[in-house]
Amino acid sequence: MATATATRGGRAATAAAATRAGRGRRALTWLLILVAVVAVWEGVKFLGGTPWRAPGAVPGPNNPVLWNPPFRWPFANDLNLPHIWNIVIAFFQPWQRGADRNVAQFLFDAALFTWREAALGFVLGTAIGLLLATVFVHVRWLERAFVPYVVASQTVPIIAIAPMITYAFGGNLASVVVIATYLTFFPVTIAMIRGLRSLDPRALELTRSYAASRWDVFRKLRLPASLPYLFTALKIAATASIVGAIIGEGPGGIPNGLGRALDNYNQYYITGPEKLWAAIVVCAILGVVFFGIVRIAELLILRDRPGAAAG
Amino acid sequence: MTNAQDPNGPVVRIAGVDKTFDRGDGVVTHALEGIDLEVARGEFVSLIGPSGCGKSTLLRIVGDLISPTSGTVLVSGKTAERARMDRDYGMVFQAPVLFDWRTVEDNVKLPLEILGLDSTTRTKRAREMLDLVELGDFLKHHPYQLSGGMQQRVAIARALAFQPSILLMDEPFGALDEMTRERMNSEVLRIWERTATTILFVTHSIPEAVFLSSRVVVMSARPGRITKIVDVDLPRPRTEDSREAPLYFELVTEVREALRSGGAELDDSGTVGGAPSAERTMAEGSVG
Repeated sequence: MATATATRGGRAATAAAATRAGRGRRALTWLLILVAVVAVWEGVKFLGGTPWRAPGAVPGPNNPVLWNPPFRWPFANDLNLPHIWNIVIAFFQPWQRGADRNVAQFLFDAALFTWREAALGFVLGTAIGLLLATVFVHVRWLERAFVPYVVASQTVPIIAIAPMITYAFGGNLASVVVIATYLTFFPVTIAMIRGLRSLDPRALELTRSYAASRWDVFRKLRLPASLPYLFTALKIAATASIVGAIIGEGPGGIPNGLGRALDNYNQYYITGPEKLWAAIVVCAILGVVFFGIVRIAELLILRDRPGAAAG
Repeated sequence: MTNAQDPNGPVVRIAGVDKTFDRGDGVVTHALEGIDLEVARGEFVSLIGPSGCGKSTLLRIVGDLISPTSGTVLVSGKTAERARMDRDYGMVFQAPVLFDWRTVEDNVKLPLEILGLDSTTRTKRAREMLDLVELGDFLKHHPYQLSGGMQQRVAIARALAFQPSILLMDEPFGALDEMTRERMNSEVLRIWERTATTILFVTHSIPEAVFLSSRVVVMSARPGRITKIVDVDLPRPRTEDSREAPLYFELVTEVREALRSGGAELDDSGTVGGAPSAERTMAEGSVG
């Protein structure tokens, strides 16, 4: 026994070292991919973009052409595919003409605002999804009757439903939260129907031999057994809730979020496409951050299970 | 312990039990026919027979996991359902059915939580049981960190934790290799002797049945019937040496011949109808 424990201890140490090495390798891979994306992006512009000038410079006699690409590809011109450095510069420009705050500050606040809406929708959607799945798993005929509607709800494009929800709830925060909820309850419901049924049938025989109540079976076995499924769903829900909140802000007429920022920069695209790109980058970062939060929660809560790190 | 009024009466009394499975498409399987069997308190009874003889089905009927088509099952003088509600059964399956998110100790505590015992008692009982199966050093391990034999020992500790009046074991060592299996046999005998539990044990293995049991119930297939009951009067305590005693070989032969006259095919290792598989156990559980 002692030897077995020692071996296991040794293996744990080796595993920890392997994890550290793996983390370093992952960071390096991530960096290499980023470099590759930038290289392809600018490579395309080098071959077929608008004539290159100094970073942040507007075309004119004071700003000489530094490089004249041999081709002119429309998709690679400065309007459709701005230089990456110009997008970076855009973050530090005033968010609108004469404003004190720059684009970065403006978008940071907008992202925080949108995230709050999304998080509310995420929590509500998760609660509804859990409730529906729990009911469906225990009452088969309700599952057969209602799951088709749950699925149908998601095949209708959200942009078709968003205005209706706005009319129903008024042009305020509530309608945005409802839309985020609408997009998040679905993955949670579907994954949890599966997750709550993932117990080994023999585990159910075992609980039958204990004369366990349904409630005990639910909270002691079904729910813990379903957690890996729940976290997979929550990772999808996290990103979906942000999409829902951004889309909902448009018809909802919410002025403080990323939805309005996107709308706004969309209108001024011709004069400053970099700002729209900056807003898109922030949307993407927000999604990744929310996903990351769920992932960290998953690692903490499922740390005792085999394969939790594979996530 | 929720034993019946009569402490000397049989723990299990099975009378005229039949079981047919109707799949609904006209195919009716006659899984069990006219089963009569009594198991006395403290006895170790094995059910052995070819696949499809209904031995797992019989075990499940005793444990009230399924109901018989006709006939009666009394456990400690009560109906099987009453006995189940009174938590008279400890069950051990071929797979350990442990929960990975719980530590070894918490797995053993699961039935105690469901019974509503307080946390001090739960801890005390769980540790006693894990000491009994010699896993006292592995309380905080998770099941996936243990070997198959160790996992099955946790399952046995869990089944014994709430002191059931009978232990129902459905091919508990069927998935283990031969050497681990023999070690587990000695282990289960030691536990049986220390706890004085009544055990009903389903197996495919003749040597295992003879080594462990006070009586071996030999069954035949289609329909499942009891063809012979072999009394195993090998002296106790049984040790590894018991496996080399002449009487042991005579009894193994007797069981083998009883199986053969019941139409079973045997392979060289004394296993009925080839190596048992989880798949077949599951199928037997549902079809017979």
